[in-house]
Amino acid sequence: MNKDSVGTVDTQYLHFAEPPHELVLESGKALGPVTLGYETYGRLNRERSNGILVCHALSGDAHAAGFHTGEDSPGWWDNMIGPGKAFDTERFFVICSNVIAGCKGSTGPSSINPRTGKPYALDFPMVTVGDMVKAQARLIDFLGIENLLCVVGGSMGGMQVLQWAASYPERVRAAIPIATALKHSPQQIAFNEVIRQSIMVDPAWRMGGYYDQGQPRNGLAIARMIGHITFMSDQSMEQKFSRRLRNGNYGFKFATDFEVEGYLRYRGDSFVKRFDANSYLYITKAIDYFDLSDGRLIPEGKRTSTRFLVISFQSDWLYPSYQSQEIVRQLKKRQVEATYCELRSAYGHDAFPVDVEEQTMLIRHFLESTYSGNGGRYEGDLRWKSGRTTG
Amino acid sequence: MEERPDHRVIEGIVEPGSRVLDLGCGKGELLLLLSQGKNARIQGIELNPKAVQECVKGGLSVFQSDIESGLSEYPDQSFDYVILNQSMQEVKNVDYLLQEALRVGGRVIVGFPNFAHFKARAMLFLGGRAPITEALPHRWHDTPNVRFLSIRDFEAFCRHKGLRIVRTVYLGAHGTVVCLPNVLARNAIFVLTK
Repeated sequence: MNKDSVGTVDTQYLHFAEPPHELVLESGKALGPVTLGYETYGRLNRERSNGILVCHALSGDAHAAGFHTGEDSPGWWDNMIGPGKAFDTERFFVICSNVIAGCKGSTGPSSINPRTGKPYALDFPMVTVGDMVKAQARLIDFLGIENLLCVVGGSMGGMQVLQWAASYPERVRAAIPIATALKHSPQQIAFNEVIRQSIMVDPAWRMGGYYDQGQPRNGLAIARMIGHITFMSDQSMEQKFSRRLRNGNYGFKFATDFEVEGYLRYRGDSFVKRFDANSYLYITKAIDYFDLSDGRLIPEGKRTSTRFLVISFQSDWLYPSYQSQEIVRQLKKRQVEATYCELRSAYGHDAFPVDVEEQTMLIRHFLESTYSGNGGRYEGDLRWKSGRTTG
Repeated sequence: MEERPDHRVIEGIVEPGSRVLDLGCGKGELLLLLSQGKNARIQGIELNPKAVQECVKGGLSVFQSDIESGLSEYPDQSFDYVILNQSMQEVKNVDYLLQEALRVGGRVIVGFPNFAHFKARAMLFLGGRAPITEALPHRWHDTPNVRFLSIRDFEAFCRHKGLRIVRTVYLGAHGTVVCLPNVLARNAIFVLTK
């Protein structure tokens, strides 16, 4: 085991919202009981001031760092979380939890509905990013943390970061939304709709009730293939595949000729093994519903003491820089102390978990100045200590 | 780090605890001085991504953006000072920028190289070449400057636009210049208000 790894980790589970105390969702529906799968790395300090919540993207999970027993590949953000890394587990207590509606340990459509004894399937209530964050807040309460040093995440994880800053501004000292948006554009909704339709037109989807017979394999694989196209840039696809052929010649059949076709099929097939089709439907819908534009991030007349570090990637066309700049515009309107950086990368939206060198540098120093109080000093120490919003 | 006389002058102008926006803040040397020495609440805007990263290293808050499009979202009077130190001459729409700076800030501090410094005059008049001096170190083809102005030019501009000059400091080779600034000063610092 490398000395910069958090080592062997286990996913833990928090159970709450037992009826009749269900979690009330934005739709007005109630969900309970709720289980959240989560992992933690590092130790909470005595002042409980070093907690960092990492929010995962669409198909991510609570396993952000270290290794599960018997597995060779580490958690999804292992290059950023560990001793001496950007999120230094020698100093910080890092938490990552699986979102509700997910399929990696948190309650979702594939979980057993206690009323029927069968998987919820489409009886699972529609959840929003706000609901995901509400559930996370219960976990943070359970861990005994009043104020988080930082909430960080990319893509849908970045939406959760923004939602945290909007829902619980007094609990977040620093927010790092990466490669994300205040709302989905029609283009982004359109991609998600094609993704959903490709699942739902698969006869094996059975109106969501496929759990006895197995996943709608074809539909889910195609859905993921579409996703992967949007994660890569034209340039990174050229570098990775160009027009290379798998067998050197055209086959003159509808088989896999090009490397890129093989890659997408492989990605699609492996996704079927690890992700629930209904979860994909629910989560993409939650992302499409998300909208903190028009002053909903920080309402007019409100001030926040949350510091922001907004990061985008040059070649990301799924969440283009203009969307991060829109976040920045909202922060300027409310005179919020913030940093914005557009990082050079050829990897497109994939850059967020992959291209870590400059991210590490930025995040390390941003966290350092927040943690040591430097970053907030000019606002007056009292504001950080009380952690309250004004106005 | 090299001592910058213009930074010291600006540090002397800004009152403790001020809210400061530095347009074209570079690596953040001036902002660091103001945050440490004046406990100022600071925000920078800088286009160069490498410089932005240097700012973050220093714990400073900086937006990566060009300065001309960087102001419009700020509410009126968001800052006590807006600083344009050695960056105004790189901007095309100076008039608009200064108006915007005076909208979001109570006072605007402008620092610029004096094109009428005697060395620049000599190079042009005697040498017949585009001036290259300590304050104007670039060659005609690689200079980031798009505006070339003297102290008298800027005074006339402020008069014409109705901008009130609150204070001026002129810097030569050896500290401040009192006599004949338009000849002897390499750099000028103006404090403006509406």
